[in-house]
Amino acid sequence: MNYSQAILNGDRLALARLLTKVENNSPEGRAALIELFPHTGKAHLIGVTGAPGTGKSSLVNQLTLHYRKVEDKRVAIVAVDPSSPFTGGAVLGDRVRMRDLSGDPGVFIRSMASRGSLGGLAQATANMVQVFDAAGFDIIIVETVGAGQSEVDIARLAHTTLVVEAPGLGDDIQAIKAGILEIADILVINKADRPGVENTEKALKSMLELAHPTERVFRHHGVYMNASMPKEQAGEKLWIPPIQKTVSTEGAGILELAGAIARHAAHLRQTGDWAARERTRLQVELEALLRDALLNQFRKDVSQQQYEEVLESVAQRRVSPWEAVHVLLNGRST
Amino acid sequence: MTEKKIRVLVAKPGLDGHDRGAKVVARALRDAGMEVIYTGLRQTPEMIAEAALQEDVDVVGLSILSGAHMALTPRIMELLRVNGQTHVKVFLGGIIPDEDMHRLKEMGVAGVFGPGASTEDIIRDVQTAVAG
Repeated sequence: MNYSQAILNGDRLALARLLTKVENNSPEGRAALIELFPHTGKAHLIGVTGAPGTGKSSLVNQLTLHYRKVEDKRVAIVAVDPSSPFTGGAVLGDRVRMRDLSGDPGVFIRSMASRGSLGGLAQATANMVQVFDAAGFDIIIVETVGAGQSEVDIARLAHTTLVVEAPGLGDDIQAIKAGILEIADILVINKADRPGVENTEKALKSMLELAHPTERVFRHHGVYMNASMPKEQAGEKLWIPPIQKTVSTEGAGILELAGAIARHAAHLRQTGDWAARERTRLQVELEALLRDALLNQFRKDVSQQQYEEVLESVAQRRVSPWEAVHVLLNGRST
Repeated sequence: MTEKKIRVLVAKPGLDGHDRGAKVVARALRDAGMEVIYTGLRQTPEMIAEAALQEDVDVVGLSILSGAHMALTPRIMELLRVNGQTHVKVFLGGIIPDEDMHRLKEMGVAGVFGPGASTEDIIRDVQTAVAG
């Protein structure tokens, strides 16, 4: 079966099959990726991340409904859930919250297990996104559990990254220490009908002010003072992540959120950041592939025996790992 | 990443609201190293076939306690065929009378499990069906 041609023709079974091949990093999958590459680079990639239980899947469900009904855009969703580190198995349950999208040929949902491999997940996700991009989806949403570095890496693949919070999950210290907030282009407070929403908003706002100096008015010795940053620093290039409040079970705030996402996309295109992000993404991909290829090349050139010998001398602390690398690399042509 | 995982869709077609059995089976299959996509309650045959297609699963496990298995199962199998997913193995769990069990197997259902079936048996049968 020629996957790439079938996918360009809109064959959904071929698309599903190729996603599996690409996820498993099979030779067939890689061959199709090469053929599809010229057809990529059109979609708007949206990353959605945040702690478990913040309502990411429901939010993606509502956002997708909006894109289908209001903007008539085709949407692909990659929903990543963790694999068990013990058995390698996984229960992928994001579809439960996305049942409204069932039966719509303009939506394609793919669940994905993290499979716990180092760096491999980000690579596999990037490749699956490329397949959806080539298949002509206008919007590709990648939803991940915001619980680890690899998830943050995936969110970073996106043009626009949403970080989803919910009231009552943590105090203001959590907002400061959570590194994940720093990757947000848009902060979403979901479940905003719950008590404590003001505190969450306050914490996020003060966190943003620390990261992005903005105009602030405060009272000092009874006099209102205006502490604003120098005008040239506050250039138009600066994007300050807006805070959007939503209640995804009711669809409240979704229209405003979609508006913020569209503004961010427009901002990226205006400032040239869109091209810059594309370039960074492709560079990361290129370097990962290069690393794999060089490692394979190295393994071919250096015999297993030689490698074991050097490893043994390192284990006995006769040779340091730095010297060992030097020996292996320089000994490789002899 | 090159390892091929068994992907299973666990679905509850029809109108009964008891998904405890489906969840126990989903968990057992997960613990056997499979990737289980769980779709939730009250799915139509069309929704199940569509999810099976998008997720490119090897196995569809249906849990039906409403007695409507003779209506729902053939419909789902027909939709899988129409979508070109003839390789997908269909399993059924629930309260299924013996005479229906034979007819379902004739239709091509790979296995039927009633109350009291052990998760070990289910795992073994799923693994055998996918390998064979």
